[in-house]
Amino acid sequence: MNYPIPPGTRDILPDEMRELRALSTALLGTFERFGYGEVWTPTLEYEDVLVKGDERAAGASYRLFDEHGQVLALRSDMTIPIARLVATRFDDEPGPLRLCYLSHAYRAVTPQRGQQREFLQAGLELIGAEAPGGTVEVIEVLCAALDAAGLPRARVGLGDAGLYRGLLEGMGAEGNGAGAVLLALERHDFVELEARVAELRVSDRRQQTLTTLPQLRGGVEVLDRAVELGGDDVRQATQRLRDVAEGVTERGLADRVIFDLGLVRDLGYYTGAIFEVYDPALGHVIGAGGRYDDLIGRFGDPRPACGFALFVERLHVAQAEEERREE
Amino acid sequence: MTEPLRLAVSRGALFEETLDLLDAIGVDSAALRSDSRSLLFPGEKVTVLTLRPSDVPTYVEAGAVDLGITGKDVLMEQHERVVYEILDLSYGHCRMVVASRAGDEFAQDLERRLGAVRIATKYPRVATRHFEESGRQAEVIEVKGSVELAPIAGLADGIVDLTATGRTLRENALEIREVIGECTARLVANRVAHKLRQREIDELVERISARA
Repeated sequence: MNYPIPPGTRDILPDEMRELRALSTALLGTFERFGYGEVWTPTLEYEDVLVKGDERAAGASYRLFDEHGQVLALRSDMTIPIARLVATRFDDEPGPLRLCYLSHAYRAVTPQRGQQREFLQAGLELIGAEAPGGTVEVIEVLCAALDAAGLPRARVGLGDAGLYRGLLEGMGAEGNGAGAVLLALERHDFVELEARVAELRVSDRRQQTLTTLPQLRGGVEVLDRAVELGGDDVRQATQRLRDVAEGVTERGLADRVIFDLGLVRDLGYYTGAIFEVYDPALGHVIGAGGRYDDLIGRFGDPRPACGFALFVERLHVAQAEEERREE
Repeated sequence: MTEPLRLAVSRGALFEETLDLLDAIGVDSAALRSDSRSLLFPGEKVTVLTLRPSDVPTYVEAGAVDLGITGKDVLMEQHERVVYEILDLSYGHCRMVVASRAGDEFAQDLERRLGAVRIATKYPRVATRHFEESGRQAEVIEVKGSVELAPIAGLADGIVDLTATGRTLRENALEIREVIGECTARLVANRVAHKLRQREIDELVERISARA
Protein backbone atom coordinates (compact mmCIF):
# COMPACT_ATOMS: atom_id res chain seq x y z
CA MET A 1 0.00 0.00 0.00
CA ASN A 2 1.13 3.52 -0.65
CA TYR A 3 -0.08 6.44 1.44
CA PRO A 4 1.25 9.92 0.65
CA ILE A 5 2.64 12.42 3.17
CA PRO A 6 2.50 16.19 2.59
CA PRO A 7 5.26 17.58 0.35
CA GLY A 8 8.04 19.14 2.43
CA THR A 9 7.72 16.52 5.18
CA ARG A 10 9.56 13.22 5.41
CA ASP A 11 9.94 9.92 7.19
CA ILE A 12 13.34 9.14 8.65
CA LEU A 13 14.48 5.52 8.82
CA PRO A 14 16.85 3.98 11.39
CA ASP A 15 20.21 4.44 9.59
CA GLU A 16 19.69 8.14 8.98
CA MET A 17 18.01 8.62 12.34
CA ARG A 18 21.06 7.19 14.10
CA GLU A 19 23.29 9.75 12.37
CA LEU A 20 20.88 12.63 12.98
CA ARG A 21 20.68 11.66 16.65
CA ALA A 22 24.49 11.63 16.94
CA LEU A 23 24.72 15.03 15.25
CA SER A 24 22.01 16.53 17.47
CA THR A 25 23.70 15.15 20.58
CA ALA A 26 27.04 16.67 19.51
CA LEU A 27 25.41 20.07 18.97
CA LEU A 28 23.52 20.07 22.26
CA GLY A 29 26.64 18.83 24.07
CA THR A 30 28.53 21.86 22.75
CA PHE A 31 25.80 24.24 23.87
CA GLU A 32 25.76 22.62 27.34
CA ARG A 33 29.55 22.89 27.59
CA PHE A 34 29.25 26.68 27.14
CA GLY A 35 26.63 26.84 29.90
CA TYR A 36 23.43 26.81 27.84
CA GLY A 37 20.49 24.90 29.35
CA GLU A 38 18.08 23.08 27.06
CA VAL A 39 14.45 24.16 27.00
CA TRP A 40 11.34 22.73 25.39
CA THR A 41 8.29 24.76 24.41
CA PRO A 42 4.97 23.69 22.87
CA THR A 43 4.85 23.20 19.10
CA LEU A 44 1.49 24.98 19.08
CA GLU A 45 1.18 28.50 20.47
CA TYR A 46 -1.58 31.09 20.46
CA GLU A 47 -1.29 32.93 17.17
CA ASP A 48 -1.70 36.39 18.72
CA VAL A 49 1.29 35.69 20.98
CA LEU A 50 3.52 34.73 18.03
CA VAL A 51 2.38 37.74 16.01
CA LYS A 52 3.33 39.98 18.93
CA GLY A 53 6.92 38.90 18.33
CA ASP A 54 7.05 39.49 14.62
CA GLU A 55 4.19 39.72 12.16
CA ARG A 56 6.31 38.56 9.27
CA ALA A 57 7.64 35.57 11.18
CA ALA A 58 4.18 34.38 12.14
CA GLY A 59 2.56 35.20 8.81
CA ALA A 60 3.60 32.11 6.88
CA SER A 61 2.83 29.51 9.51
CA TYR A 62 0.00 27.00 9.84
CA ARG A 63 -3.06 27.79 11.89
CA LEU A 64 -5.87 25.79 13.43
CA PHE A 65 -8.68 26.29 15.91
CA ASP A 66 -8.78 24.71 19.34
CA GLU A 67 -11.96 23.42 21.00
CA HIS A 68 -12.81 26.96 22.22
CA GLY A 69 -12.34 28.58 18.82
CA GLN A 70 -8.97 30.13 19.74
CA VAL A 71 -6.48 30.40 16.88
CA LEU A 72 -3.39 28.24 17.38
CA ALA A 73 -0.32 28.43 15.16
CA LEU A 74 2.66 26.17 14.51
CA ARG A 75 5.80 28.09 15.41
CA SER A 76 7.95 29.18 12.47
CA ASP A 77 11.08 29.53 14.59
CA MET A 78 12.11 29.12 18.25
CA THR A 79 13.24 32.66 18.97
CA ILE A 80 9.76 34.08 19.51
CA PRO A 81 8.56 31.20 21.76
CA ILE A 82 11.73 31.63 23.85
CA ALA A 83 11.16 35.41 24.08
CA ARG A 84 7.68 34.58 25.39
CA LEU A 85 9.08 32.00 27.81
CA VAL A 86 11.71 34.39 29.16
CA ALA A 87 9.18 37.17 29.77
CA THR A 88 6.80 34.74 31.48
CA ARG A 89 9.15 32.54 33.50
CA PHE A 90 12.37 34.45 34.05
CA ASP A 91 11.18 38.03 34.44
CA ASP A 92 12.81 38.39 37.88
CA GLU A 93 16.11 36.77 36.99
CA PRO A 94 18.72 39.35 36.12
CA GLY A 95 20.60 37.05 33.78
CA PRO A 96 22.28 36.80 31.44
CA LEU A 97 20.21 33.74 30.56
CA ARG A 98 21.68 31.01 28.40
CA LEU A 99 19.07 28.79 26.76
CA CYS A 100 19.31 26.26 23.93
CA TYR A 101 16.94 23.94 22.07
CA LEU A 102 16.56 21.10 19.62
CA SER A 103 13.11 21.54 18.10
CA HIS A 104 11.03 21.34 14.95
CA ALA A 105 9.65 24.49 13.36
CA TYR A 106 7.20 24.87 10.49
CA ARG A 107 7.00 27.10 7.47
CA ALA A 108 4.91 27.22 4.32
CA VAL A 109 6.72 26.00 1.22
CA THR A 110 6.68 26.71 -2.48
CA PRO A 111 5.89 23.45 -4.28
CA GLN A 112 8.70 21.60 -6.12
CA ARG A 113 11.49 23.66 -4.60
CA GLY A 114 12.87 21.15 -2.14
CA GLN A 115 11.82 23.31 0.80
CA GLN A 116 11.00 21.74 4.16
CA ARG A 117 7.60 22.32 5.72
CA GLU A 118 8.81 20.74 8.96
CA PHE A 119 12.48 21.10 9.86
CA LEU A 120 14.70 20.48 12.85
CA GLN A 121 16.61 23.37 14.40
CA ALA A 122 19.41 23.28 16.96
CA GLY A 123 20.06 26.71 18.36
CA LEU A 124 20.54 28.95 21.33
CA GLU A 125 19.60 32.33 22.73
CA LEU A 126 21.81 34.51 24.95
CA ILE A 127 19.51 36.93 26.75
CA GLY A 128 20.67 39.89 28.79
CA ALA A 129 24.17 40.24 27.32
CA GLU A 130 24.84 43.35 25.29
CA ALA A 131 26.74 43.87 22.06
CA PRO A 132 29.52 43.42 21.26
CA GLY A 133 30.46 40.97 24.06
CA GLY A 134 27.28 38.90 23.86
CA THR A 135 27.46 38.75 20.08
CA VAL A 136 31.06 37.53 20.18
CA GLU A 137 30.15 34.81 22.69
CA VAL A 138 27.35 33.58 20.42
CA ILE A 139 29.72 33.47 17.42
CA GLU A 140 32.23 31.54 19.50
CA VAL A 141 29.65 28.89 20.47
CA LEU A 142 28.45 28.77 16.85
CA CYS A 143 31.98 28.02 15.60
CA ALA A 144 32.42 25.35 18.30
CA ALA A 145 29.12 23.78 17.23
CA LEU A 146 30.26 23.65 13.59
CA ASP A 147 33.46 21.95 14.74
CA ALA A 148 31.43 19.45 16.77
CA ALA A 149 29.36 18.76 13.65
CA GLY A 150 32.55 17.95 11.74
CA LEU A 151 32.32 20.92 9.39
CA PRO A 152 35.73 22.63 9.44
CA ARG A 153 35.07 24.32 6.07
CA ALA A 154 31.86 25.99 7.25
CA ARG A 155 31.98 29.77 7.60
CA VAL A 156 29.88 32.32 9.47
CA GLY A 157 28.75 35.28 7.37
CA LEU A 158 28.58 38.32 9.66
CA GLY A 159 26.82 41.57 8.81
CA ASP A 160 24.70 44.22 10.49
CA ALA A 161 20.95 44.59 9.99
CA GLY A 162 21.00 48.37 10.34
CA LEU A 163 24.21 49.12 8.47
CA TYR A 164 22.94 50.05 5.01
CA ARG A 165 19.84 51.84 6.27
CA GLY A 166 22.07 53.85 8.62
CA LEU A 167 24.40 54.68 5.77
CA LEU A 168 21.50 55.99 3.67
CA GLU A 169 20.15 58.03 6.58
CA GLY A 170 23.60 59.44 7.31
CA MET A 171 23.74 60.66 3.73
CA GLY A 172 20.32 62.27 4.07
CA ALA A 173 18.70 59.84 1.62
CA GLU A 174 15.17 59.07 2.81
CA GLY A 175 11.68 58.39 1.55
CA ASN A 176 10.74 56.42 -1.56
CA GLY A 177 14.16 56.69 -3.20
CA ALA A 178 15.96 55.17 -0.22
CA GLY A 179 13.18 52.57 0.14
CA ALA A 180 13.69 51.41 -3.46
CA VAL A 181 17.44 51.05 -2.85
CA LEU A 182 16.84 48.97 0.30
CA LEU A 183 14.35 46.77 -1.54
CA ALA A 184 16.93 46.07 -4.28
CA LEU A 185 19.46 45.15 -1.57
CA GLU A 186 16.98 42.80 0.11
CA ARG A 187 16.44 41.12 -3.24
CA HIS A 188 20.23 40.79 -3.73
CA ASP A 189 19.83 42.62 -7.03
CA PHE A 190 22.96 44.72 -7.49
CA VAL A 191 21.99 45.78 -11.03
CA GLU A 192 18.74 47.27 -9.75
CA LEU A 193 20.54 48.70 -6.72
CA GLU A 194 22.96 50.63 -8.91
CA ALA A 195 20.10 52.02 -11.00
CA ARG A 196 18.15 53.12 -7.92
CA VAL A 197 21.25 54.64 -6.28
CA ALA A 198 21.84 56.69 -9.45
CA GLU A 199 18.43 58.31 -8.87
CA LEU A 200 19.29 59.49 -5.34
CA ARG A 201 20.25 63.10 -4.86
CA VAL A 202 23.63 62.49 -3.26
CA SER A 203 27.16 63.21 -4.50
CA ASP A 204 28.90 60.95 -7.03
CA ARG A 205 31.31 59.72 -4.39
CA ARG A 206 28.45 58.76 -2.10
CA GLN A 207 26.70 56.98 -4.96
CA GLN A 208 29.91 55.05 -5.53
CA THR A 209 29.98 54.11 -1.83
CA LEU A 210 26.35 52.98 -1.86
CA THR A 211 26.90 50.81 -4.94
CA THR A 212 30.21 49.22 -3.96
CA LEU A 213 29.81 48.76 -0.20
CA PRO A 214 27.18 45.98 -0.23
CA GLN A 215 29.40 43.92 -2.53
CA LEU A 216 32.28 43.94 -0.06
CA ARG A 217 32.68 40.62 1.71
CA GLY A 218 35.67 38.61 2.87
CA GLY A 219 38.25 38.70 5.65
CA VAL A 220 38.40 41.31 8.40
CA GLU A 221 40.37 43.60 6.05
CA VAL A 222 37.17 44.44 4.12
CA LEU A 223 36.14 46.64 7.04
CA ASP A 224 39.16 48.86 6.45
CA ARG A 225 38.53 48.80 2.72
CA ALA A 226 34.97 49.96 3.40
CA VAL A 227 36.15 52.92 5.45
CA GLU A 228 38.73 53.83 2.78
CA LEU A 229 35.93 53.74 0.25
CA GLY A 230 33.34 55.80 2.05
CA GLY A 231 35.17 57.78 4.76
CA ASP A 232 33.20 59.06 7.74
CA ASP A 233 29.82 57.95 6.34
CA VAL A 234 30.99 54.36 6.46
CA ARG A 235 33.02 54.73 9.65
CA GLN A 236 29.81 55.61 11.48
CA ALA A 237 27.56 53.02 9.82
CA THR A 238 30.03 50.18 10.41
CA GLN A 239 30.99 51.04 14.01
CA ARG A 240 28.90 48.23 15.54
CA LEU A 241 30.20 45.67 13.07
CA ARG A 242 33.80 46.74 13.65
CA ASP A 243 33.32 46.37 17.44
CA VAL A 244 32.15 42.78 16.92
CA ALA A 245 35.03 42.16 14.49
CA GLU A 246 37.51 43.25 17.15
CA GLY A 247 36.11 40.76 19.67
CA VAL A 248 35.98 37.98 17.08
CA THR A 249 39.62 38.64 16.16
CA GLU A 250 40.68 38.60 19.84
CA ARG A 251 39.16 35.15 20.26
CA GLY A 252 41.06 33.92 17.21
CA LEU A 253 37.88 33.31 15.20
CA ALA A 254 38.41 35.83 12.39
CA ASP A 255 39.30 33.04 9.94
CA ARG A 256 35.94 31.38 10.46
CA VAL A 257 34.03 34.57 9.73
CA ILE A 258 33.20 36.25 6.42
CA PHE A 259 32.57 39.93 7.05
CA ASP A 260 29.76 40.92 4.71
CA LEU A 261 28.72 44.55 4.30
CA GLY A 262 25.77 43.63 2.10
CA LEU A 263 24.23 40.94 4.29
CA VAL A 264 20.48 41.21 4.92
CA ARG A 265 18.04 38.87 6.67
CA ASP A 266 14.33 38.80 6.02
CA LEU A 267 13.07 38.59 9.61
CA GLY A 268 11.88 41.88 11.01
CA TYR A 269 13.20 41.57 14.57
CA TYR A 270 16.96 41.84 14.02
CA THR A 271 18.55 45.01 15.39
CA GLY A 272 22.32 44.61 15.06
CA ALA A 273 24.66 41.81 14.08
CA ILE A 274 23.18 39.21 11.71
CA PHE A 275 24.63 35.82 10.80
CA GLU A 276 24.32 33.29 8.02
CA VAL A 277 26.17 29.97 8.04
CA TYR A 278 27.60 28.49 4.84
CA ASP A 279 29.28 25.24 3.91
CA PRO A 280 30.84 24.57 0.50
CA ALA A 281 28.97 21.26 0.28
CA LEU A 282 25.59 22.99 0.13
CA GLY A 283 24.04 25.79 -1.95
CA HIS A 284 21.69 26.83 0.84
CA VAL A 285 22.48 28.50 4.17
CA ILE A 286 22.81 25.90 6.91
CA GLY A 287 22.06 28.29 9.77
CA ALA A 288 21.19 31.86 10.59
CA GLY A 289 20.71 34.26 13.47
CA GLY A 290 21.50 37.63 14.88
CA ARG A 291 20.91 40.21 17.56
CA TYR A 292 17.35 41.18 18.47
CA ASP A 293 17.52 43.75 21.25
CA ASP A 294 13.87 44.85 20.94
CA LEU A 295 12.15 41.46 20.80
CA ILE A 296 12.13 40.54 24.51
CA GLY A 297 10.73 44.00 25.26
CA ARG A 298 7.64 43.19 23.19
CA PHE A 299 6.77 40.52 25.78
CA GLY A 300 8.17 41.95 29.03
CA ASP A 301 11.05 44.04 30.36
CA PRO A 302 13.40 44.93 27.52
CA ARG A 303 16.64 42.94 27.42
CA PRO A 304 19.35 42.77 24.79
CA ALA A 305 19.56 39.34 23.16
CA CYS A 306 21.30 37.37 20.46
CA GLY A 307 21.03 33.85 19.07
CA PHE A 308 21.23 31.48 16.14
CA ALA A 309 19.60 28.36 14.75
CA LEU A 310 21.30 25.63 12.74
CA PHE A 311 19.23 23.59 10.29
CA VAL A 312 20.07 20.06 11.45
CA GLU A 313 18.97 18.20 8.28
CA ARG A 314 21.12 20.47 6.10
CA LEU A 315 24.05 20.14 8.50
CA HIS A 316 23.69 16.41 8.12
CA VAL A 317 23.91 16.63 4.31
CA ALA A 318 27.05 18.79 4.60
CA GLN A 319 28.54 16.37 7.14
CA ALA A 320 28.03 13.43 4.77
CA GLU A 321 29.80 15.39 2.03
CA GLU A 322 32.76 16.14 4.33
CA GLU A 323 33.07 12.46 5.19
CA ARG A 324 32.95 11.56 1.51
CA ARG A 325 35.80 14.02 0.79
CA GLU A 326 37.98 12.55 3.51
CA GLU A 327 37.76 9.06 2.05
CA MET B 1 43.40 22.29 -5.19
CA THR B 2 40.30 24.46 -5.44
CA GLU B 3 37.66 23.16 -7.79
CA PRO B 4 36.83 25.24 -10.87
CA LEU B 5 33.88 27.62 -10.68
CA ARG B 6 30.79 26.14 -12.28
CA LEU B 7 29.07 28.49 -14.71
CA ALA B 8 25.71 27.75 -16.33
CA VAL B 9 25.09 29.43 -19.68
CA SER B 10 21.83 29.59 -21.61
CA ARG B 11 21.49 27.84 -24.93
CA GLY B 12 19.20 29.98 -27.02
CA ALA B 13 19.13 33.62 -28.06
CA LEU B 14 21.95 34.61 -25.70
CA PHE B 15 24.27 31.70 -26.56
CA GLU B 16 26.47 33.25 -29.28
CA GLU B 17 27.18 36.45 -27.40
CA THR B 18 27.80 34.50 -24.21
CA LEU B 19 30.45 32.46 -26.02
CA ASP B 20 32.07 35.70 -27.23
CA LEU B 21 32.07 36.90 -23.64
CA LEU B 22 33.76 33.68 -22.48
CA ASP B 23 36.48 34.13 -25.11
CA ALA B 24 36.97 37.75 -24.06
CA ILE B 25 37.63 36.77 -20.44
CA GLY B 26 39.96 33.92 -21.30
CA VAL B 27 37.63 30.94 -21.07
CA ASP B 28 38.08 28.88 -24.22
CA SER B 29 34.73 28.43 -25.96
CA ALA B 30 35.96 26.28 -28.88
CA ALA B 31 34.52 23.07 -27.45
CA LEU B 32 31.17 24.77 -26.77
CA ARG B 33 31.05 26.03 -30.34
CA SER B 34 31.91 22.75 -32.01
CA ASP B 35 30.06 20.24 -29.87
CA SER B 36 26.36 20.75 -29.62
CA ARG B 37 25.54 17.51 -27.87
CA SER B 38 27.64 17.73 -24.72
CA LEU B 39 26.15 19.63 -21.82
CA LEU B 40 29.19 19.95 -19.60
CA PHE B 41 32.56 21.41 -20.58
CA PRO B 42 35.28 21.06 -17.94
CA GLY B 43 37.91 23.79 -17.73
CA GLU B 44 40.83 24.62 -15.49
CA LYS B 45 39.29 27.66 -13.80
CA VAL B 46 35.73 27.55 -15.08
CA THR B 47 33.57 24.56 -15.93
CA VAL B 48 30.72 25.50 -18.24
CA LEU B 49 27.29 23.83 -18.29
CA THR B 50 24.75 24.56 -21.00
CA LEU B 51 21.11 24.77 -19.93
CA ARG B 52 17.74 26.02 -21.04
CA PRO B 53 17.55 29.72 -20.08
CA SER B 54 14.67 29.14 -17.65
CA ASP B 55 16.58 26.37 -15.84
CA VAL B 56 19.53 28.62 -14.99
CA PRO B 57 17.98 30.18 -11.84
CA THR B 58 16.97 26.71 -10.60
CA TYR B 59 20.56 25.42 -10.79
CA VAL B 60 22.02 28.61 -9.32
CA GLU B 61 19.58 28.79 -6.41
CA ALA B 62 20.26 25.18 -5.44
CA GLY B 63 24.02 25.64 -5.71
CA ALA B 64 24.33 23.00 -8.44
CA VAL B 65 26.32 25.72 -10.21
CA ASP B 66 28.08 28.74 -8.67
CA LEU B 67 27.24 31.24 -11.41
CA GLY B 68 24.79 31.54 -14.27
CA ILE B 69 24.10 33.71 -17.28
CA THR B 70 20.49 34.17 -18.28
CA GLY B 71 18.06 36.86 -19.42
CA LYS B 72 16.43 39.39 -17.10
CA ASP B 73 13.08 38.16 -18.47
CA VAL B 74 13.75 34.74 -16.92
CA LEU B 75 14.74 36.34 -13.61
CA MET B 76 11.61 38.52 -13.65
CA GLU B 77 9.42 35.46 -14.20
CA GLN B 78 11.22 33.55 -11.40
CA HIS B 79 11.12 36.56 -9.12
CA GLU B 80 10.95 34.56 -5.88
CA ARG B 81 14.14 32.60 -6.42
CA VAL B 82 16.99 33.64 -4.14
CA VAL B 83 19.97 34.39 -6.38
CA TYR B 84 22.44 37.25 -6.33
CA GLU B 85 22.10 39.34 -9.48
CA ILE B 86 25.61 40.72 -9.73
CA LEU B 87 26.16 42.13 -13.21
CA ASP B 88 24.31 43.53 -16.20
CA LEU B 89 26.11 42.00 -19.18
CA SER B 90 24.33 44.52 -21.45
CA TYR B 91 23.90 42.21 -24.47
CA GLY B 92 20.71 40.53 -25.63
CA HIS B 93 18.72 43.71 -25.19
CA CYS B 94 14.94 43.23 -25.35
CA ARG B 95 11.83 44.82 -23.90
CA MET B 96 9.03 43.10 -21.98
CA VAL B 97 5.87 44.64 -23.39
CA VAL B 98 2.10 44.51 -23.40
CA ALA B 99 0.86 44.39 -26.99
CA SER B 100 -2.48 44.01 -28.71
CA ARG B 101 -3.93 44.12 -32.21
CA ALA B 102 -3.29 47.42 -33.94
CA GLY B 103 -6.44 49.44 -34.07
CA ASP B 104 -8.24 47.48 -31.32
CA GLU B 105 -9.47 49.27 -28.28
CA PHE B 106 -7.33 48.33 -25.31
CA ALA B 107 -6.48 49.06 -21.71
CA GLN B 108 -8.93 51.55 -20.19
CA ASP B 109 -11.48 51.23 -22.99
CA LEU B 110 -11.62 47.50 -22.87
CA GLU B 111 -11.44 47.39 -19.11
CA ARG B 112 -14.37 49.76 -18.77
CA ARG B 113 -16.44 47.53 -20.96
CA LEU B 114 -15.37 44.09 -19.74
CA GLY B 115 -13.90 44.71 -16.28
CA ALA B 116 -10.87 42.58 -17.11
CA VAL B 117 -8.60 41.87 -20.06
CA ARG B 118 -7.45 38.46 -21.24
CA ILE B 119 -3.69 38.30 -21.62
CA ALA B 120 -1.83 35.43 -23.29
CA THR B 121 1.82 35.04 -22.30
CA LYS B 122 4.81 32.80 -21.71
CA TYR B 123 5.46 34.92 -18.61
CA PRO B 124 2.34 34.43 -16.45
CA ARG B 125 3.91 35.75 -13.26
CA VAL B 126 5.33 38.87 -14.91
CA ALA B 127 1.95 39.56 -16.54
CA THR B 128 -0.04 38.96 -13.35
CA ARG B 129 2.27 41.19 -11.32
CA HIS B 130 2.25 43.97 -13.91
CA PHE B 131 -1.54 44.19 -14.04
CA GLU B 132 -1.90 43.84 -10.26
CA GLU B 133 0.63 46.55 -9.58
CA SER B 134 -1.11 48.91 -11.96
CA GLY B 135 -4.44 48.23 -10.26
CA ARG B 136 -6.10 46.39 -13.14
CA GLN B 137 -7.65 42.98 -13.50
CA ALA B 138 -6.36 40.56 -16.07
CA GLU B 139 -7.15 36.97 -16.84
CA VAL B 140 -3.70 35.58 -17.59
CA ILE B 141 -3.56 32.63 -19.99
CA GLU B 142 -0.29 30.74 -20.16
CA VAL B 143 0.84 29.53 -23.59
CA LYS B 144 4.12 27.83 -24.43
CA GLY B 145 4.87 29.25 -27.88
CA SER B 146 3.87 31.71 -30.65
CA VAL B 147 2.11 34.10 -28.30
CA GLU B 148 1.42 36.45 -31.21
CA LEU B 149 -1.23 34.08 -32.45
CA ALA B 150 -3.41 34.41 -29.36
CA PRO B 151 -5.01 37.82 -30.11
CA ILE B 152 -5.43 36.97 -33.80
CA ALA B 153 -7.18 33.70 -33.03
CA GLY B 154 -9.29 35.33 -30.35
CA LEU B 155 -7.76 33.49 -27.37
CA ALA B 156 -6.83 36.78 -25.70
CA ASP B 157 -7.24 40.55 -25.98
CA GLY B 158 -3.51 41.16 -25.66
CA ILE B 159 -0.17 39.59 -24.92
CA VAL B 160 2.77 40.09 -22.60
CA ASP B 161 5.96 39.11 -24.38
CA LEU B 162 9.58 39.86 -25.03
CA THR B 163 10.49 41.83 -28.15
CA ALA B 164 13.88 42.82 -29.53
CA THR B 165 13.14 44.64 -32.79
CA GLY B 166 9.36 44.56 -32.77
CA ARG B 167 9.34 42.83 -36.15
CA THR B 168 7.38 39.76 -35.11
CA LEU B 169 4.80 42.01 -33.49
CA ARG B 170 4.46 44.13 -36.62
CA GLU B 171 4.22 41.08 -38.88
CA ASN B 172 1.29 39.90 -36.81
CA ALA B 173 -0.32 43.34 -36.78
CA LEU B 174 0.32 43.83 -33.06
CA GLU B 175 1.13 47.16 -31.43
CA ILE B 176 3.12 47.83 -28.25
CA ARG B 177 0.82 49.36 -25.62
CA GLU B 178 3.02 49.38 -22.52
CA VAL B 179 6.66 48.66 -21.71
CA ILE B 180 7.03 46.58 -18.53
CA GLY B 181 10.81 46.57 -18.42
CA GLU B 182 14.13 46.44 -20.23
CA CYS B 183 15.83 43.05 -20.35
CA THR B 184 19.47 42.15 -20.93
CA ALA B 185 21.70 39.20 -20.09
CA ARG B 186 22.59 39.04 -16.38
CA LEU B 187 25.26 37.28 -14.37
CA VAL B 188 23.76 35.65 -11.28
CA ALA B 189 25.45 33.89 -8.38
CA ASN B 190 24.45 31.32 -5.78
CA ARG B 191 24.24 32.99 -2.36
CA VAL B 192 26.68 30.60 -0.71
CA ALA B 193 29.19 30.66 -3.59
CA HIS B 194 28.97 34.46 -3.59
CA LYS B 195 30.43 34.41 -0.04
CA LEU B 196 32.69 31.35 -0.01
CA ARG B 197 34.24 31.94 -3.45
CA GLN B 198 34.31 35.71 -3.21
CA ARG B 199 37.84 36.13 -4.56
CA GLU B 200 37.33 34.07 -7.72
CA ILE B 201 33.89 35.53 -8.41
CA ASP B 202 35.07 39.12 -7.94
CA GLU B 203 38.04 38.44 -10.18
CA LEU B 204 35.76 37.06 -12.90
CA VAL B 205 33.42 40.06 -12.56
CA GLU B 206 36.37 42.38 -12.88
CA ARG B 207 37.53 40.66 -16.07
CA ILE B 208 34.03 40.89 -17.51
CA SER B 209 33.73 44.58 -16.62
CA ALA B 210 37.15 45.29 -18.14
CA ARG B 211 36.40 43.66 -21.51
CA ALA B 212 36.29 46.03 -24.46
